[in-house]
Amino acid sequence: MLGLQILIDGFAIGSLYGLGAVGFTLMFGVSGVLNLAHGGIMLVAALIGWLAAGDLGLGTYAGTLIGILAGLVSAFATYFVVVRPIQRSKAIPREETEIFVLTGTLLWGIMIQVGMAYLFTDNPVTMRPLIGGIVNILGVRTPYNEIMIAALCWIAIGLLWVLVNRTQAGKALLAASINPRGLTLLGFELSNIYLLVWTIYGILAGIAGVLLASFLGLSSANAGQLTASAFSIVVLGGLGSVSGSLVAAYVVGYLETITAYLVAPTLRPIPALILLVLVVYIRPQGLLGRR
Amino acid sequence: MTRLPRSSALWIGALVVIAMALLPFWVSAYILSVLTASYYFGVFAMAWDLLFGFAGEVNFGPTFLIGLGAYTAGIVDNQYGLPIVVCVALGALAAIAGGLLLALPALRLRGPYFGLVTLVAVLLLQNAIVIFAGVTGGEIGMTVPDVLSIDGNVNYWYALAFLVVCAIILFGLSRSAIGLILQASGQDAVEAQALGFNVTKHKIAAFCISAVFSGIAGAMLVFYEGAASVDTIIDIGIGVQVIIAAVLGGRRTILGGALGAVVLILASEALRPLGQLNTFVVSAVALAVILFFPDGLLGYALRAGERE
Repeated sequence: MLGLQILIDGFAIGSLYGLGAVGFTLMFGVSGVLNLAHGGIMLVAALIGWLAAGDLGLGTYAGTLIGILAGLVSAFATYFVVVRPIQRSKAIPREETEIFVLTGTLLWGIMIQVGMAYLFTDNPVTMRPLIGGIVNILGVRTPYNEIMIAALCWIAIGLLWVLVNRTQAGKALLAASINPRGLTLLGFELSNIYLLVWTIYGILAGIAGVLLASFLGLSSANAGQLTASAFSIVVLGGLGSVSGSLVAAYVVGYLETITAYLVAPTLRPIPALILLVLVVYIRPQGLLGRR
Repeated sequence: MTRLPRSSALWIGALVVIAMALLPFWVSAYILSVLTASYYFGVFAMAWDLLFGFAGEVNFGPTFLIGLGAYTAGIVDNQYGLPIVVCVALGALAAIAGGLLLALPALRLRGPYFGLVTLVAVLLLQNAIVIFAGVTGGEIGMTVPDVLSIDGNVNYWYALAFLVVCAIILFGLSRSAIGLILQASGQDAVEAQALGFNVTKHKIAAFCISAVFSGIAGAMLVFYEGAASVDTIIDIGIGVQVIIAAVLGGRRTILGGALGAVVLILASEALRPLGQLNTFVVSAVALAVILFFPDGLLGYALRAGERE
């Protein structure tokens, strides 16, 4: 019984983690940017969605859409205010761009977190479930919402797969992650591709933020934790490898759920951290990383 | 750079230090206490700059080394009541052990991977402290029975003397052959090796040096404040502040770290009336500095001098 409970909860959490991490890893693969404001963007999506659904009285569905839109807007803000100026700056040496992007997005993430805490306080907010009701799966009482969240995550990931593998723009994206110079030689404008990847990233992070708020609840204090977990899932799976990130998301999701149920809820993040250190030592390219 | 004659640069330095030493006779005890804490932060930032600016290692977890030093010293003092000097020395040893632990992956991993390991090291230390709450005080924090001094002025002078000694040693190191070799191996490890330098040895040395200074500074901070807690010493937010201070002051300048720390902490004290928005403004200013003056305050000043 407990085993099944762990199986179901871990699956839902893993799906959410996966969705959050996929955009993060895609962005790294395509443009080499590690966005440490990731948690902040999810936070904006969740809080704006919650505000629109509750206080503005637009209902859960409209609120969800507005939240996703807010995630997209804040992803664009991150790109245009922080990342692009650093990438184009002449004063920053090429080989140090990476560390400047890391530091810049880190500061930007702190600004988002503190700004949101100022506007919304740091009490956790919980979106109303997308659908109510509870279903009994072999004796485990499971909210429909939990099933719906996992399904939505997989729909979003599936759409992403179609976009990347079956459309012209998506193939260009894939090509950019393999050889950006070759792509520019073929006449593609690299900055358009970056814009596309930030759009995809913003939507994915927005969906993940809103769904997380509806499943577990979210507060501005969580932003750093969210970035750290996305970062570690992505490294665990192999930087830039989308399928690796998905596998790693479930590994972390299940490890955390098992620890929370069988050992102690307070130790929840520890086994995943230890696993991460071990993997990084033994296999630095991650579970499914290339190189 | 319009090279100041070495002696006149020395004179300016000495004058600044003397002016800083005389501050207790001018400013209020409150400002003095803020400055005291900022001097320890200055050492954190300088030690971080040695690793990042020179050895090229992105250490996201300066508080791992600081926290090891601080908590070891605090726990030893609490449990065995040894004299402060011994406690600080033991704290420094623990920090060196931590530095070696970090140096191991640093020799194998590059860029973001190593950054992540340091981040995880901080999270694990934080969790360990909460789990062993019996000895460490857990989330509430712990108090130590001994303090450096109960006199604010004396505390300030201790911190200042410590900062000056660290600055001289670290600055000297960075300008020595070791600093050059570190810089070379940070920028192109293969080429540095081809030139016959033992990159591994130098990197390990850099980690140990950075760890010693971080650890001692952390331990002294505990004995200055008489308390240690996860939120004030180990939290990732504190590590971010150290990084901001070093980048704000100017990478690869060592002394910039101390300048950045003092500016950063004074600024966040001055902005305290803003309440919650304080951190927002400080981060925004730091971001603006990174975007527009990526060389930092000191780096920018040096560049300006160079152009004249």
